[in-house]
Amino acid sequence: MKELKLMKGNEAIAHAAIRYGVDGYFGYPITPQSEVMETLMAEKPWDTTGMVVLQAESEVASINMVYGGAGCGKRVMTSSSSPGVSLMQEGLTYLAGSELPCVVVNVVRGGPGLGTIQPAQSDYFQAVKGGGHGDYKLITLAPASVQEMADFVEDAFELAFKYRNPVMILSDGIIGQMMEKVELKEFKPRWTPEYIEENFPWATTGKKKGQERRIITSVELDPYVMEDFNYRLQAKYKACEENEVRYEKIMCDDAEYLLVAYGSSARICQKSVEIAREKGIKVGMLRPITLYPFPEKQLKDLAAQVKGILSVEMSAGQMIEDIKLAVECKIPVQHYGRLGGIIHSPGEVIEALEQKIIGG
Amino acid sequence: MKEEIIIAGFGGQGVLSMGKILAYSGVMQDMEVSWMPSYGPEMRGGTANVTVIISDDKISSPILHEYDTAIILNQQSMDKFEAHVKPGGTLIYDGNGITHHPTRKDITVYRIDATEEAARMRSVKTFNMIVLGGYLKVKPVVKIENVIKGLKKSLPERHHHLIPMNEKAINRGMEIIHEMEVEA
Amino acid sequence: MSDTNTIISPENLIYKKTDVLLDNTMHYCPGCSHGTVHKLIAEVIDELGIQETTIGIAPVGCSVLAYNYIDIDWQEAAHGRAPALATAVKRLMPEKNVFSYQGDGDLAAIGTAETIHACNRGENIVMIFINNGIYGMTGGQMAPTTLPGMPASTCPAGRDVSHDGAPIKISELLAQLPGTCYVTRQAVHTAANVRKAKKAIRKAFENQQANKGTSLIEVVSTCNSGWKMSPVQANKWMEEHMFSYYPLGDLKDE
Ligand SMILES: Cc1ncc(C[n+]2csc(CCOP(=O)(O)OP(=O)(O)O)c2C)c(N)n1
Repeated sequence: MKELKLMKGNEAIAHAAIRYGVDGYFGYPITPQSEVMETLMAEKPWDTTGMVVLQAESEVASINMVYGGAGCGKRVMTSSSSPGVSLMQEGLTYLAGSELPCVVVNVVRGGPGLGTIQPAQSDYFQAVKGGGHGDYKLITLAPASVQEMADFVEDAFELAFKYRNPVMILSDGIIGQMMEKVELKEFKPRWTPEYIEENFPWATTGKKKGQERRIITSVELDPYVMEDFNYRLQAKYKACEENEVRYEKIMCDDAEYLLVAYGSSARICQKSVEIAREKGIKVGMLRPITLYPFPEKQLKDLAAQVKGILSVEMSAGQMIEDIKLAVECKIPVQHYGRLGGIIHSPGEVIEALEQKIIGG
Repeated sequence: MKEEIIIAGFGGQGVLSMGKILAYSGVMQDMEVSWMPSYGPEMRGGTANVTVIISDDKISSPILHEYDTAIILNQQSMDKFEAHVKPGGTLIYDGNGITHHPTRKDITVYRIDATEEAARMRSVKTFNMIVLGGYLKVKPVVKIENVIKGLKKSLPERHHHLIPMNEKAINRGMEIIHEMEVEA
Repeated sequence: MSDTNTIISPENLIYKKTDVLLDNTMHYCPGCSHGTVHKLIAEVIDELGIQETTIGIAPVGCSVLAYNYIDIDWQEAAHGRAPALATAVKRLMPEKNVFSYQGDGDLAAIGTAETIHACNRGENIVMIFINNGIYGMTGGQMAPTTLPGMPASTCPAGRDVSHDGAPIKISELLAQLPGTCYVTRQAVHTAANVRKAKKAIRKAFENQQANKGTSLIEVVSTCNSGWKMSPVQANKWMEEHMFSYYPLGDLKDE
């Protein structure tokens, strides 16, 4: 039966995690995402599905708890907001280096430093370029609605286990705090130890007789072996780039101008498209759903059709770099976005489009 | 149908929960809804506002800078949001504590003295329901029966005995809201 | 006539290395205590029959490659984070036996928060803590446990307490926490001490099986390379200097 609920994006993450059969959540409070752990603690999934929920002493600890759980083949996750995710970067590079699957939610707020608790999209680089040391990537999903906050929990875990790599859900204070209708999926059972045993021959579940011991590690002192490992990682990312790009196109068929925006900014830009179309301006929008892998090919194709692109994000201009690389500077690409927790309005986006692209 | 509303006032006036009940009523009526609050510790005691959108169609931006209706419950919010009502739109305000009354002539202004009325009814907690009743009188975007259903959904079970009192407040709000002539 | 075949025939066997300890050549310096402690852990795992259910968490430090020596499943943690990993492994698989193995820099400097909070939550795990008073792996820098006046590459004139603070007695600190059930300080430089240390390790694993909380075994150790001494000198120096600051024995046993 279809079960429609009204809830915040943060609450949707928690409910979706329980229903999907997540094994463990480890977190540390920070605004604007604390409702994730609060909801989990109120729902007490340990009594129903057996899910472990633990408040850690820091984000450093929570991401390392995620590492421990992931190493056992369990579906484990954490969530935080920007300052906390900065602390997690160490853990994330170790997870990527040890090829462990996990899901990390970043409900982004404005920075740098302690910054503001208001929404921003200024952690794009950190999310899509790796964030920690070494050559690795986080598969990055950008939900634009409360429904997607719920749905992407499952999608993120599937990608994480398919590629044995951490997946980030890059959200922000708007999507985390707003309430919308959401349809939650049916409860699924958690994986049994037998299932994990059968499917994840790398998981440290105890060395069985006659079986090789399993080691989860990212250290390799022989540089030649380490180089080979790095090539293997890169091949994995290449496959991911070929197979996992997700995006949404809105009114692009006859578009002369293109807005590119993700997450909450894409919602605002959708309204800008509506208003602009009423004014007779032929604008379309491309919404990357995966920020890594980035919809490069789709942008390249659109660049052959439109006269200019406005990249709209609540940052000083981060995603614009990937757009420029994708369109190889063949058409004008400009950035617009408010900073420090200020949210641009649909009208401001149209003004920017008129000034920077149409007039420019 | 699409209605874009801002409700703004002090934290503690029930601004967010009024918006939530409205949004729930929309869900009960099978409409699309969004509820976007101002958030953070400054809300406790400070100003709070929430943007609610109720629509037949999918909602694009949950964040707006122009509203069909502004429900304004303190002076700071009046100063901030009067200018953001769409031309031809609606402004509803509680006169309590208001020193600068609305001046725009291109919108319809209603006044509802809900603070006073709640005190008279000896139930300060139903203040926001009086306002909600007033709003629904001038903008019947959702049916009252769905508001009651929404209330049931958003209130924890142990508070369900309060629903008749809230219903009474809604009805009272419908009675006391009145249109204002904007003075030159 | 005693050819070698008769010598190695089963009836002449008086000591056998446990199979849980692998035959890989250890990378530790001669005289290092890590190897001895590895052997003790392997023997305890063997004797308790828990090889199939034990997961070890290796640190960053000289024992980063501990997984090459003990034949069980392992996870290698970031520097200082082993207790966080162990927490999750144990909570998600409560029926398994989980231990962390950490040096003093790992457990008592960069990972202090993880250590204290795992113990404070009373995580039902074993923590093996090798206190050699120095950063071995990175080449002999000052550790949180370096003794006053003791030289290291980042305090060549010896630790100056007025500048660097006093060495931290982390085990005493952890014994204060209600979450720990067993905190003991051991050494492995003599046969008698090795026997005692092994008993302590065994007890710690038994505590875990009895769901008693966190057991911490500190092993006061030498690092002859880092200390710039011969193994014999290092053992002597440890007895003369380390034991007075870090006295051996149980700090807590509940
Ligand atoms: C974040 C981080 N900082 C520094 C290092 C470098 N490092 C590796 S091992 C080590 C010291 C380990 O000392 P200890 O824990 O006492 O173990 P030992 O090597 O003496 O056995 C340091 C500082 C690192 N690997 N990671």
